[in-house]
This record gives sequence, C-alpha cells and structure tokens, in this order.
Amino acid sequence: MNPISSPKNPLSASNPHEAIHRDPDMVIFGFWVFMMSDLIFFGVVFAIYITMVGATAGGPGPKELFDFGSLFAQTMFLLTSSLTVGIATVMVKHERSRASFLFWVVITLLLGMGFLGLELYDFSVMAEKGGVPQRSGYLSAFFGLVPLHGLHVTFGCLWMIVLIVQVFTMGLCDVVKLRFLRLALFWHFLDLIWIGIFSVVYFGGWVYG
Amino acid sequence: MAKEPTFAQHLRLYITGYILSVVLTLAAFAAVLTIGREHKSVLLLVALLGVAQLAVQLKYFLNVTTQRDRRDNLALILFSSLILLIIVLGTVWIMGNLAVRMHTTM
Repeated sequence: MNPISSPKNPLSASNPHEAIHRDPDMVIFGFWVFMMSDLIFFGVVFAIYITMVGATAGGPGPKELFDFGSLFAQTMFLLTSSLTVGIATVMVKHERSRASFLFWVVITLLLGMGFLGLELYDFSVMAEKGGVPQRSGYLSAFFGLVPLHGLHVTFGCLWMIVLIVQVFTMGLCDVVKLRFLRLALFWHFLDLIWIGIFSVVYFGGWVYG
Repeated sequence: MAKEPTFAQHLRLYITGYILSVVLTLAAFAAVLTIGREHKSVLLLVALLGVAQLAVQLKYFLNVTTQRDRRDNLALILFSSLILLIIVLGTVWIMGNLAVRMHTTM
C-alpha cells in the first residue's frame, strides 16, 4: 500500500501545486514578486545609462536626438492605456458584460500599439541622424534601456491578443479573469517604468548630456 | 478592511489617478521645457514630480495600501526599492568617483 497515492487526499491525486495556484491572492502576490525582480533588472540598466551620460564619443547626444513632442505623445498614449486597462479591471471585478470588458481591452491594445509605432518611428528618426546603438557608449546604454521597455510593451500587447482569443474560446471564466488581472498589473507596472524613463533618460539626458 | 467599493467608486478611483498623473506629467514637461535649458536644478523638481506620480499610480492604479491585511505587497515593494537604491546609487557613486579619479568628465 502506498499512502501517497491514496485517493482520499485531494492534493496527492494531482499536482500538489494546484492548490496554491487556485488561491487568487497567492497568484497575484507571486506576480508582484516577478514584477519586482523585473524592476531590479530595469534598475541595473538605468544605472548603466546614468553612468554613460556624456559618453557620446563625438557622436550625436540627447540634444540632437530627442523629440519632446513625440515623447509627450508616447507618454499620453501609455498613461491613457493604463486608465483603460484599469476600467477593464473594474468591468471584470463588478462582473459587467463581456462586450464592455473586451471593448476596453481592445482600446488598451490599440493605445499600446500606437505607443510602439511612435517609439519605432522615433528610433528610425534617431538612426537617420546617426544615433545608432554602435555609435557610442551613450547610445548603447540608451538602446539597452528604452527598447527593453518597448519589448515589455510588445509582450503586453501579445498577451492581450492571446487573452482576447481566450475570452472567445474559454469564456470569461475564473482562470481567464485571473490572467487578465495579472496583465493589468503588468501594464500599470510598465507605466511606472515609463515615468522613470522620461524623467531619467529623456529629461536627465537632455539637461546633463 | 472596509467592504469592497461599488462600481462607481471603483471607476472614480482610476479616473482620479489618471487626472493626477496627467497633471504631474504636464508639470514635469512644462518645467523642463521652460527652465530646463539654463538650470540643471530642474531635475530635482522632475525627480519630485516623478516620485509623486509613482505614489499616485501605486495608490490609485495598483491599489497598494498600508492596511494591515494587505501589507505584504507594500513590504515587497519597499524591500525591492531598497535593493534598487543600493544598486543605482551605488553604481553612480562608484563610477562617478572613478571618473573623477581618472580625470575623465562625466
């Protein structure tokens, strides 16, 4: 007789981790732990950027490369998308219709893609002015940090597309809701990182570079 | 903790956070674009506005509170912030010191 395979114990019947994964608070807290480790990673790249301000090696610096009009538009896109994902969260928590939830998710997705489009356009303008990553230590640091955030936004957009498909195939069930709540946290977190980017990378670089 | 907020209260929370964030963002952009050309000290103002916006978004968007039964998140954030400060300030301190000693400008 093997006591572990006893059918009376619900935990031993399948994966013992399942019980933990069913506690929503635990799942959300676990995601917070991931986000904070990501924050440390961003912090290291920020530190590199700060030490590299001024290391332009004769190449173009912040004063030639930055476009504050586009930066402002990007900031507003991201900030507004943080509001719309918040409204979608309210729709989920108060169990409003699936259509109203999807509407706000789609708006968030479009704003996120608009942000990415503007950012890529900015990078192409910078490249035309000679601001490419291999030009100087400063530009390497810049392109190590800002597109890292852009990559996070890209994965957030992918996540939203997958989530929309899941809402259609699985319905707005508890698992999908919990996945959406984590996505919303992730999206708000990207907005927090962006505050650091426009304050340190753009403003700091522009004033000190 | 009190009972869960209603639909309207919940919605108002996010909209309040959004309005405060927009105001703080506009203030930071206005400060840099108007007085940023001459005064490097404008970055101190930008830093204060940035920290204020972080606090606003943590409170209104991420719902981080100091309430006793939800303090795990806050403890995690404060600990991560401590590590972050050690990494960033430590790097800037050491590398800045190195630049001075090597007679390179930063």
